[in-house]
Amino acid sequence: MTPQTTLLQTRDVGKTFGSVVALREVSMSLETGSVTCVLGDNGAGKSTLIKILSGVHPQDTGEYLIDGAPVRMSSPREALDRGIATVYQDLAMIPLMSVWRNFFLGSEPMKSLRRFDVAAARRIARDELRRMGIDIRDVDQPVGTLSGGERQSVAIARAVYLGARVLILDEPTSALGVKQAGVVLRYIAQARDRGVGVIFITHNPHHAYPVGDRFLVLKRGVSLGEYGKAEISREELTQLMAGGAELDELAHELQRNESTL
Amino acid sequence: MTVAASDADERLRNTGFLRRLLIRPELGSVVGGIAVFAFFSTQSAVFRSIDGVANWLDPASTLGIMAVAIALLMIGGEFDLSAGVLTGTSGLILVTLATRAGWNVWLAMLAGLAIALLIGFLNGLLVVRTRLPSFIVTLGTFLMLQGLNLGVTKAITGTVQVSGLRAAPGYEGARAVFAGSVTLGGTGFRVAIVWWLAVTVIATWVLMRTRPGNWIFAVGGNEQAARAVGVPAARVKIGLFMTTAGAAWLVGSILALRFTSVQANSGIGQEFIYIIAAVIGGCLLTGGYGSAVGAAIGAVIFGMADKGIVFAGWDSDWFKFFLGAMLLLATLANRLVKKYAEEVRH
Ligand SMILES: Nc1ncnc2c1ncn2[C@@H]1O[C@H](COP(=O)(O)OP(=O)(O)O)[C@@H](O)[C@H]1O
Ligand SMILES: [Mg+2]
Repeated sequence: MTPQTTLLQTRDVGKTFGSVVALREVSMSLETGSVTCVLGDNGAGKSTLIKILSGVHPQDTGEYLIDGAPVRMSSPREALDRGIATVYQDLAMIPLMSVWRNFFLGSEPMKSLRRFDVAAARRIARDELRRMGIDIRDVDQPVGTLSGGERQSVAIARAVYLGARVLILDEPTSALGVKQAGVVLRYIAQARDRGVGVIFITHNPHHAYPVGDRFLVLKRGVSLGEYGKAEISREELTQLMAGGAELDELAHELQRNESTL
Repeated sequence: MTVAASDADERLRNTGFLRRLLIRPELGSVVGGIAVFAFFSTQSAVFRSIDGVANWLDPASTLGIMAVAIALLMIGGEFDLSAGVLTGTSGLILVTLATRAGWNVWLAMLAGLAIALLIGFLNGLLVVRTRLPSFIVTLGTFLMLQGLNLGVTKAITGTVQVSGLRAAPGYEGARAVFAGSVTLGGTGFRVAIVWWLAVTVIATWVLMRTRPGNWIFAVGGNEQAARAVGVPAARVKIGLFMTTAGAAWLVGSILALRFTSVQANSGIGQEFIYIIAAVIGGCLLTGGYGSAVGAAIGAVIFGMADKGIVFAGWDSDWFKFFLGAMLLLATLANRLVKKYAEEVRH
């Protein structure tokens, strides 16, 4: 095994939109060949954090380090050039374009006379998908005909093939059923085994726990802590996410209602 | 067991082939083209003769150059309502500079090209900067150009046309290249047909075999997703508007050289015919899907109907009716194809 090195790190990053403090003093890190999960309820600031990491908008406060060097990025292209690829839940693919055209969109292989090497694109797309264990009948079919899980898997395979060192996935499993989510989790593990650092955003601790190495829990823009897998059990993670004390209170309340019936 | 499995495989392959044929964007226009040709062939023997073919390929060619450019733009997710009137603007610039300022025809054409490309660039820039629908932006340029064409022509000539290109220096050479004829088997074919075929071939090659082609489909299909993977969406769109403007210049120059004069209102109303031809060729109004070959065939259908109605001895008013009916049919057919193409298969 290659020694783990830190790919990304944030130190007390914050982001404000007008009067809304979307993120405050959040610290996290990501190592090669590992999965850092970012958990939190709706509006917790997960998307705001990954948009900083993926270059959509720069942080307002705090530090963001890539390979130990502080950066401030303001375009996804800058992040891509540093090997940081992001797969967004709903805007991952172009539905009416074929699988292979989508696979190479923005990074088309070229041959002489500035021509798009269509034959190579088809072949590589088919081979790479197979290598990740993704069973696509026909790379010529429009991406719109794939199921949600298959689409996410193709997007992951694409990012890995195109040389991503860091793969950021924004809620890739949220809209999926149990079986489809399992498919996507398997590809996350595949990417990790190939040495990629994965940032996996989810609000489901049952999706995060089996595949994650570190867990960052956000709530209303602040961090409830970053834990290694050894430091936290699945139950504790679920508790923490649901807001611990609040959940106890809710259980208590429901119980009382039950007894009055 | 194994026999059954291989049977099922075979079936899958067959439906896959049929499906791929059915979701070809050109399919509708090919079927429509054959039907329209067959229909007018029964109505008129001249229509199906070689002279007849040369006759209806002529309007198809100038319309086709525009339809192909508009198809690229529509695949990229935009419209251009100023394309028709820009053919007039380009022609007016050419004839005015050559006859009033004494410019060489070639030089006047270059000036026309520069101005057309600038207008295309401004259309594109306005659309990507303001994020307004291109329908509105180019409706604005359409009206402004319409006003300019009339106003400037009247101010310079005191009439609503400029003429006299025949006497201008360089006219004969330019005419041979853009508005001449080539004789094939005793029949004269307009050289515009060659330009049209060339434009169609280049457009198809760009779409299917180059990186910008992949980007055109992507920005029309889902602009945000395309941007997220690093496609320069703004540059692609501006390039498409400039391509349309370049095509308008080509067509405007061809017509000006052919007739040696240009009416100040020429090209107005054509913009919808370009769009309809592109839609018949399989372009979705929502972008991201379509074909240059389809649009070229869409233009052939119009050429055939335009001349076929005359050959059959009918009133040419029927052409408008035909136009509307074709548009409705094609739009409905395209929607079915899109639904079929996007259907999830398991
Ligand atoms: N562009 C924006 N402008 C204003 N407020 C925003 C913007 N983006 C996010 N927010 C706010 O920041 C908070 C965190 O949002 P987000 O990061 O999307 O949460 P999550 O992805 O965890 O559901 C929310 O209150 C949201 O309304
Ligand atoms: Mg979110």
